[in-house]
Amino acid sequence: MLEPITPVHFLLLSAALLLVGTIGVLTRRNIVVILMSIELILNAVNLNLVAFSRYFGEPSGQVFAIFVITMAAAETAVALGILIALFRNRQTVFADEIDLLKW
Amino acid sequence: MDAILFLVFAFIAVACGINVVLQRHPINSALSLIGVMGSLAVLYLLLGGEFIAAAQIIVYAGAVMVLFLFVIMLLNAGRERTQTVPWVVRLLGPPALILFVSALGVIAYRLLPYRDLVRFGGFTRGGAADVGRPLLTTYVLPFEVTTVAILVAIVGAVLLARKEGGE
Repeated sequence: MLEPITPVHFLLLSAALLLVGTIGVLTRRNIVVILMSIELILNAVNLNLVAFSRYFGEPSGQVFAIFVITMAAAETAVALGILIALFRNRQTVFADEIDLLKW
Repeated sequence: MDAILFLVFAFIAVACGINVVLQRHPINSALSLIGVMGSLAVLYLLLGGEFIAAAQIIVYAGAVMVLFLFVIMLLNAGRERTQTVPWVVRLLGPPALILFVSALGVIAYRLLPYRDLVRFGGFTRGGAADVGRPLLTTYVLPFEVTTVAILVAIVGAVLLARKEGGE
């Protein structure tokens, strides 16, 4: 028989996804992939919220998860709009080639 | 049964998440990210969050990922240069990460006392009505602020992506 599943397992999965997303943000050059890593981090947060909602038996945590999903969608729309404007001006999507403000 | 469900989909989520970061081409990353979203939706169902699971599929796996794929195809960016990773990082990095997550697990087990097990259908207060009622009563102010934020985001996205100069 396998070990029973508690909300702590979900918290660990959330921590793992958060770490993977952080590594993606820090190591990748392509801005689209950096944004996808940010989505991974936001998903980890959502999983954490829903797991604690289950732990305390209280639906409020899921309301916050709804807010996170909404803001993530808005954030993605704005970020990809910025990316399109950036590509139009600089012809690149690589974060290390965008060095206009570098001294 | 629930343990198998959790382990399978948690493994898929972490494997697809690692694939998002490791793939060199953004299309492959985007498809892996859809795998993460889908398996997380199953895990939300296991936790009793029916409405969140549906929103996850519709908003994330549907709308957000279509936006990502659209931008990837529009920009048609090539492969990115690979960077050389020092062998010390290559050797010690993954075990250190696993050790870190395990340490977090030990701390979480100490801090959170055992309450009850997660079973499929064990928590029934995650339906649309149960989530919607606090959303529109207790949390109505954040809800309204969110609508304003979305309006700002829509206007901002249109303004940013519009071609400058030409009318």
